[in-house]
Amino acid sequence: MVKPKLMQGNECCALGALAAGVRFFAGYPITPSTEIAEIFSKELPKLGGVFMQMEDEIASLAAVIGASLTGKKAITATSGPGFSLMQENLGFAAVAEVPCVIVNVMRLGPSTGMPTLPAQSDVMQARWGTHGDHSVIALAPSSVKEAFCLTVRAVNLAERYRVPVVLLMDEVIGHLRERVVFQPDEKVVQWERKQCLNPKSSQPFEETADGIPPFFSFGGEYRHHVTGLVHDESGFPTSQREGISRLIRRLHYKITQHLSDIVQVEEFFVDDADVLIIAYGSTARSAQAAVVRAREEGKKAGLLRLITLWPFPEKEVSTAAVNKKAVIVPEMNMGQLALEVARVLPDKNLLFPINRVDGELVTPDEILSVMGRIY
Amino acid sequence: MSKLWKVRLSGKGGQGLITASIVLADAAIRFGKNAVQTQSYGPESRGGACRGEVIISDQNIYYPKISHPNLLVCMSDTAVKTHAGFLAGDGILIIDETLVTQTRPIKSQFYKVPITGLCREKLGQDIYANMVVLGAIIRITEVVPENVVLETFQDYFSLEMLETNLQAFTIGLKAGEKAIKRFGEFSA
Repeated sequence: MVKPKLMQGNECCALGALAAGVRFFAGYPITPSTEIAEIFSKELPKLGGVFMQMEDEIASLAAVIGASLTGKKAITATSGPGFSLMQENLGFAAVAEVPCVIVNVMRLGPSTGMPTLPAQSDVMQARWGTHGDHSVIALAPSSVKEAFCLTVRAVNLAERYRVPVVLLMDEVIGHLRERVVFQPDEKVVQWERKQCLNPKSSQPFEETADGIPPFFSFGGEYRHHVTGLVHDESGFPTSQREGISRLIRRLHYKITQHLSDIVQVEEFFVDDADVLIIAYGSTARSAQAAVVRAREEGKKAGLLRLITLWPFPEKEVSTAAVNKKAVIVPEMNMGQLALEVARVLPDKNLLFPINRVDGELVTPDEILSVMGRIY
Repeated sequence: MSKLWKVRLSGKGGQGLITASIVLADAAIRFGKNAVQTQSYGPESRGGACRGEVIISDQNIYYPKISHPNLLVCMSDTAVKTHAGFLAGDGILIIDETLVTQTRPIKSQFYKVPITGLCREKLGQDIYANMVVLGAIIRITEVVPENVVLETFQDYFSLEMLETNLQAFTIGLKAGEKAIKRFGEFSA
């Protein structure tokens, strides 16, 4: 019999990263993500890893990128203001295709905002915060156990697709403590980045069939060049139109041609539902409670929980929305993911956003009251 | 024993109420229950409004926050003003008699316990008041058995902190006992 434990979201996030093979953390502690840095500072030295407290978040992601270029699995953790500072380097990691994970425990913004209160208002920043067309993956856990599993997955996806992955937790999940059970046979699968086996026959930014170039570790056997400038397959800057377009397009299709491997959603009473709720992170917990209560009252409600936020689960959302009378999207922001949902709905009049921006979690009552008005 | 408990410990930052809520949630899980613990506090490290919440249930807990607690502890006047109105109809209200000036019974299941006063008097400091509160809660409500909480203490506190926290907990148990004599047993 496995003993259940009381664990915290931030704690499980750090432990998930360690289990996924992360051995480098650089960061600048910030509420509500601080526990993550705290745990890494204790645990990484024991595993021969490195914990670095940096002077700010710009340097934090720079150090993470540097560590990753040498072949280490690397991570940083922050919240809104720090995530804003990281945007420039996030773009660098995207164009230089450096695997890395950025945990953003979302608090209410903009700016310093409300440091201790939850929000989900960095959803669009995770996708478009850095300039230029680029690809990114973002995941949102809804429970403490999932904070562990999705951190593992974030590390794995970063390694496999050579892309920055944002773990978009919110303060509620980051600080939540709940009962967690790890089964003894539960294995953590680690994905490794594709390595360059023969530099004579391959190039560091080579156009391969799956869109992912083989990785040349810095400090290893081969010399190569990494730059934020648009580069050709050799890694050196190019100004040839064909080469520019080829790089930007490949940065996209290396993600879009692997959607079935990347996109995850969870269905909760969706099939026969008349009213569909689409939610993620902590608001999905309120939505689950609302679905259970609605079903007790004989109302056919269902929840599509988005685990992957970016790339947006277009196919899954449009399939789940078929024949629904209404689609409710509760969020702790002014309606960010609701815009994406609206984009793929057959009829925009089906959409009912619920927006809470006072630092409190959307309640099941709020969802049920909107449901009561339409169904 | 299958009662659904929605516990809110409210007061000011620095009183240790979030820590008390974590120990309570941990003990509930050791006792075989499902439990979630959440918190709300301001950017100040001390003095701002603060609350720790624990839901204890035999079922899945989806929504992790509490709208209407059925066990509310208030450790400041502001806490009474903010939270007493949300107490569930059959809920229990425990106030710190030392810090709360509003002492008129607000609900039928109302307990006054001189938590901070006892802590100051017997241990010379206020900082163990959170474990006095926990002791009082456990004696009045038996939300989790006393021995399970003691077992949690062993894992939770370092050796040098354990002794005084145990003393504080015992002071709380006795204070809870007295409160039952003064105000009667609670009814579920």
